[in-house]
Amino acid sequence: MTHKSVSIIILVASRALARVIQLFGIYVIIHGHYSPGGGFQGGALLAAGVILMRMAYGREASQSEVSTGAAIPLASIGALLFAGTGLITLAFGGHYMDYGAVPVPGIEEPIVRYYGILLVEFGIGLAVMTVLVAIFDDMLSVPPEERVEGGAPDESSDPVPVERRNPMTR
Amino acid sequence: MLVVFAGLMIYATLHLPERGNPEAPMHQELNLVGKPVAGAYFIQNAYRDAATPNMVTVVLADYRSVDTLGEVIVVFTAGVACFLILRRRETDDS
Amino acid sequence: MIELLHDYYAYWAIMLLLVIGLYGMLIKKNLMKKVIGMVIFQNSIILLFVAAAFKWDATVPVLDAAHPTENVANYLNPLPHTLMLTAIVVGVAIVGVAFALLIAIYRNFGTLEEPELMERMRGE
Repeated sequence: MTHKSVSIIILVASRALARVIQLFGIYVIIHGHYSPGGGFQGGALLAAGVILMRMAYGREASQSEVSTGAAIPLASIGALLFAGTGLITLAFGGHYMDYGAVPVPGIEEPIVRYYGILLVEFGIGLAVMTVLVAIFDDMLSVPPEERVEGGAPDESSDPVPVERRNPMTR
Repeated sequence: MLVVFAGLMIYATLHLPERGNPEAPMHQELNLVGKPVAGAYFIQNAYRDAATPNMVTVVLADYRSVDTLGEVIVVFTAGVACFLILRRRETDDS
Repeated sequence: MIELLHDYYAYWAIMLLLVIGLYGMLIKKNLMKKVIGMVIFQNSIILLFVAAAFKWDATVPVLDAAHPTENVANYLNPLPHTLMLTAIVVGVAIVGVAFALLIAIYRNFGTLEEPELMERMRGE
């Protein structure tokens, strides 16, 4: 989906920058215990890296980042990771989301809460990142009336030629 | 009408406590009827309860985790809503 | 007078922002501009909460050995920060849904101007 008018500078710079943004997003999630940060901010940064690749390379070329079909299932996995952490504490007889109730041998209660928070932050980050990517992909999806007639109806790959495509999807 | 509304809102802010005043009621340890205030409790007990220096993270994911679960579900619902609004035509068509 | 200005200027600016957002939502005819007004309104509310959490001579709510937690005035109030953290993300989700609805409206009617839109809805 690489268009002629896309400059090589954009391609190289966005490829380098997207990795740095994603690495920084992971850092923000993991280091959220010691500095300003956490699941929401880190998830937004991860999504920014993916969306940068989508904008520079187009949807088809950047499916390996987070594929369009996998975004919503991954978001539900993130939300379920959050809810499942709460259910684990219910199984050990605590209140919902009361991480301290989980008896881990050799670790005191505050440390258990520490890891519970970490798990929850991962769930939030996964959900936020994939939802933002999914919203972005949905907005750029090409409606059927703008498609070229005659293509195979159930063909999953996009049959629209480059020049008919909305300039934003390039 | 909007100018009147702006004047009304600015007049209303004059009855708020001054910005940055640590003596404001929401920053006290006990509120006006003598019950503990949530913000001060979180500052004093966050590290003891969860061994995490960042108090915002502790409040977000521990004390108010059910609230945060609701927020994540709202975000997830927004993603699903976008999916349903914008993708419906493609599936109908084929 | 200077004292009053020093204590309340942030709240006044926030209220002006709130009225600008309200103006965008009520007066503007274009649905896109209404969404922009809604975002300005939402952000003014977020700023109001963050401004309310502020204390002079306090540090960010991350534990620091140099500032004992026994004295509550050493740290900003973490509760409004947490609430607004989630509100920002929910705001992004709201904007996403609003834009999705606008895209759907535009595909159906070909316009986002409100009077024109009402005419076309009546005409069909």
